[in-house]
Amino acid sequence: MATLENILERAAAEISAADSLVALDETRVRYLGKKGEITQLLKQLGKMSKVERPKAGAQINDAKTELTRILEQRRTKIESNVYREQLKSEVIDVSLPGRRSSLGSFHPITKVLDRIEDFFTGVGYMVVEGPEIEDDYHNFEALNIPAHHPARAMHDTFYFSDELLLRTHTSPVQVRVMEVQEPPIRIICPGRVFRVDQPDPSHLPMFHQVEGLVVDTDVTFADLKGTIVEFLRVFFEREDLKVRFRPSYFPFTEPSAEVDVHCVSCNSSGCRVCSNTGWLEVMGAGMVHPKVLEYAGIDSEKHSGMAFGMGPDRLAMLRYSVSDLRDYLDNDLRFLEQFK
Amino acid sequence: MKFSEIWLREFVNPDIDTQTLTSQLTMAGLEVDEVSLPSTEIKNVFVSEIVSIAEHPDADNLRVCEVFSGTENLQIVCGAKNIRVGMRVVLATVDAELSDRKIKKTKIRGTQSYGMLCSEKELGIGDDQSGVMELPQEAPVGMQISEYLKLEDSIIDVDLTPNRGDCLSIIGLAREVGLMNGLDISIPSAADLNVSAPDTVKVNLFAGEDCPRFVGRVIKDISPRAATPIWMREKLRRSGIRSVDPIVDVTNYVMLEFGQPLHAYDLEKLNGEITVRRSKKGEALTLLDGTEIQTHENSLLIADDSGPIGLAGIMGGQRTAVSKDTNHIFLESAFFSPLSLAGKARSYGLSTDAAYRFERGVDWQGQEQAIRRATELLQEIVGGEVGPIINQSDEVYLPELKKVNLRKKQIRRVLGVSIEDEKVAEIFSRLGFGTTAHEIEEDFVWEVSVPSHRFDINIEVDLIEELSRVFGYDILPSRTPSAYLKMFPANETIISTKRMAGHLVSRGYHEAITYSFVDAEVSRSLDPKIKLVELINPLSKEMSAMRSSIWPGLLKALSHNMNRQRGRVRLFEIGLCFSQKEKSKQLSISNIDQRKRLAFIASGLRDPENWASDGKRMDFYDLKGDVESLLAMSGDQDQFSFVRSASLALNPGQSADILLKGKPVGLFGLLNTDLQKRWGFRQQVFLCEIDLFSFANRKTAKSKEISRFPEIRRDLAFIVDKEVGVSDLLALIRKCSKKWLVELTGFDVYEGKGIDSKRKSVGLGLTFQGASRTLTDSDVDKIIEKVVSAIKTEYRAILRE
Repeated sequence: MATLENILERAAAEISAADSLVALDETRVRYLGKKGEITQLLKQLGKMSKVERPKAGAQINDAKTELTRILEQRRTKIESNVYREQLKSEVIDVSLPGRRSSLGSFHPITKVLDRIEDFFTGVGYMVVEGPEIEDDYHNFEALNIPAHHPARAMHDTFYFSDELLLRTHTSPVQVRVMEVQEPPIRIICPGRVFRVDQPDPSHLPMFHQVEGLVVDTDVTFADLKGTIVEFLRVFFEREDLKVRFRPSYFPFTEPSAEVDVHCVSCNSSGCRVCSNTGWLEVMGAGMVHPKVLEYAGIDSEKHSGMAFGMGPDRLAMLRYSVSDLRDYLDNDLRFLEQFK
Repeated sequence: MKFSEIWLREFVNPDIDTQTLTSQLTMAGLEVDEVSLPSTEIKNVFVSEIVSIAEHPDADNLRVCEVFSGTENLQIVCGAKNIRVGMRVVLATVDAELSDRKIKKTKIRGTQSYGMLCSEKELGIGDDQSGVMELPQEAPVGMQISEYLKLEDSIIDVDLTPNRGDCLSIIGLAREVGLMNGLDISIPSAADLNVSAPDTVKVNLFAGEDCPRFVGRVIKDISPRAATPIWMREKLRRSGIRSVDPIVDVTNYVMLEFGQPLHAYDLEKLNGEITVRRSKKGEALTLLDGTEIQTHENSLLIADDSGPIGLAGIMGGQRTAVSKDTNHIFLESAFFSPLSLAGKARSYGLSTDAAYRFERGVDWQGQEQAIRRATELLQEIVGGEVGPIINQSDEVYLPELKKVNLRKKQIRRVLGVSIEDEKVAEIFSRLGFGTTAHEIEEDFVWEVSVPSHRFDINIEVDLIEELSRVFGYDILPSRTPSAYLKMFPANETIISTKRMAGHLVSRGYHEAITYSFVDAEVSRSLDPKIKLVELINPLSKEMSAMRSSIWPGLLKALSHNMNRQRGRVRLFEIGLCFSQKEKSKQLSISNIDQRKRLAFIASGLRDPENWASDGKRMDFYDLKGDVESLLAMSGDQDQFSFVRSASLALNPGQSADILLKGKPVGLFGLLNTDLQKRWGFRQQVFLCEIDLFSFANRKTAKSKEISRFPEIRRDLAFIVDKEVGVSDLLALIRKCSKKWLVELTGFDVYEGKGIDSKRKSVGLGLTFQGASRTLTDSDVDKIIEKVVSAIKTEYRAILRE
């Protein structure tokens, strides 16, 4: 069977020389195809004697198996070469930017409003909005600020007529809710408010407020303190934030307080942001004045209320280090794009 | 209220530093706004005496003085005209530091000068630079001027809330400081002096409700040449009040000290009796500062027999004003009720220290004391013969001493904590409030007597506030939020504006916030027919009308960015828009439409500039894609349809109204060329605005069974007139197809080569699927036949094979 060995040797050499799947297949056909050399040998088995046949048959089959094995080996090799070549040809610059990947942005004030709303809705407050054009009654009178009250001087007001004005705070929304809803009431009222002020780095004629109101049978100053402290710690993400309540005056609450926090910019060591006082005034608050409850038809002997208010514009300044309020209304893309 | 700390400490002097003092004031509710110094640091400046004066050898308007500084005689060259030998002056010696300079030895026109004689201005304590500052003869020569003028002081500026009118005086503030430190305060006794002149002026109170008390006094033969002492001028200056003349200065001084505004009339210019009455409309009066006013009706006036001589509690008149020639004066110390003056000064465009105090409430028992104090001070400074005190009161209208009840259980109800009875009594006693305790209806009640200076204490909760304030807000307990909640159904038909905003942000839009008031003209240029709601007192013409659309704001923001080389801009805003409802004549809250809208603006490249972008500018359909994706959030995009818009702001060929079930709820399109030019935009600008209520009734999704059977797709191409809307073709196909049509799309629109120039080719893809069985070709063929024939007849269409 020298021939068989010859054939095998030749075939193995050709297989390892084949450098493509096509060449490999040609080799396979040449040896194992219908007219291939090994196939031919098998066909000649019939001509052999019965004695020789089984041995020769086994040898040829072994040779066929061996050939098939090295063919397969070579095929795997060639395939993986081809794959590697293909991968090489497919290499692109992954550092190039993708197509149409422009993400817009939320206004920083909206971001702050969201944080405030998330906290308060989480503890059961409803978010209520109201009209921006208000009447004198809801903006002042029903909040215990009668005509000519000195507190009106703090609310420089835009008017449409003697009776109609742009709300100077969002407290009128609270009045509107109290008029129609029985206690318990737990609401926050976010929105735009307006005061006559020329725009400068720290004043705008239009800004935002979020006011909160809780009316129930057992609401006390302790609840007010607790709620505000929790909120401020959550908002500023500081567990140990120092909060201070300072007596103040609002016509619609009594007792009233201004709420200060340790300056979040300098950690109370004194800086430009806190005018070197170490404290930042962030909220006003108080227990709802009995007259305000009575105006809304709520019995102040049965129910008590707490109210608080804050300025998202200022909170956004602190949170995002904005130094000029006018940036909020310029809508310069270079400013807006920073708040994804 | 600004005041000198040293002055305050004359009345109460706790052993605490300035910082502790100011922090105490702030924590008592009297917020300290600012602490400043009365002058910059001044060194080596002495009280000195001029020993001799000689002419300067080389200059006519300079003189050479010898000045005794307390230790030595120094040669000083001086140009002031008012110097004389023996005069006590302020000498800045060599190396002295003044606010704006350091003194050096210098030669002036060849003569050596070893210092400088200072004017008030040079010393940094006033504006006077007419000559060198003269000190009184008793000023001790050799004393540092900072010691003599007590310049080691702090000026404390307290921002008082409107309820604390009682603290608009040094004594009022001292009371609070005493309260916080457990100290009594010493009030100047102001014992009355011997009356030496019989003169009086008759006072008539014709408006007792407004002015229930008028105290007056005549002082005759004062010395008109006297000057206000430096110590008084300095205190006034540190309270921000300019020295005028001794009489006015004393009235201001007493006002600062006691909180009681005073007024002095020139007695010789008064004609007859004084009357306090309400004004008629149009009475003429020239005020002290020269302002001529015509009175409104019912303003409170002081008048004499010749007419008005002052706006009561606000400002006196010029006719009876004191001057440097005044020899006899009449002093007024009146009580005007806060209500009678509320808003009055403002209504005349005035703002005065007196009105500020009367509006907030002045102690109605303090008039005599104030006039006695003023008399005492005037005697010291200008002398004169003092007349008897005239006290004209209308008992009917004088306030009464108030008694307010405080229930023990109410303290706990408001503060969330009980305060021990002894502590309550102690706090009230420190406040100067009297208390008597009673048991009423099983509760403990304090009857609290309120002193006359506390205008702000009227009801129970006022007492609780005082109690908590003195007790200390920081010691009061705190309770973290907890509640029995009433939960409300979570309404899925409402889509949050947050989600819509988030959607636009994902599509590359930046949220803007623009003013709610805009230029009325700009508004009208976009919508000439709208009835704007306009402000009476706008900041400017550009901010005079409430926006009826968000577009003016967005256009302005776009312009801002384009002017800063930003070629691709996408902005949106959500907010209220305003208009007067049609037919409304009178402005009232019910006939103003306040409607929440969402608007966006887009201009520039379709995609951000990028290696892969095609560099094409956006067009109408890019905008419409944003619009439709937003409308899809309603859960039922099919309820919206689009028709050509008649908006004058937009290009008529490239704009559409958005209809919700046939009613307009918004519009979008290309800004018309006119407006584009007017705004100076060099590229096309696209706008959209939608009423947010369009999304109010969102459909809650109802899941349909998904068919397991295969789909059959057929594509049709028609040639139709250019004017035919593809949406009309689609609508007709939907009408002709059975429920089997599951998807329909216009995948190709072609105009141009090979097609009649008035016509276009539209490629449509129809996908069919059965819910319960596999559709056969013949099922679909039948529908296609129907569709084709309907379109052919309806739109003169040709089916392209």
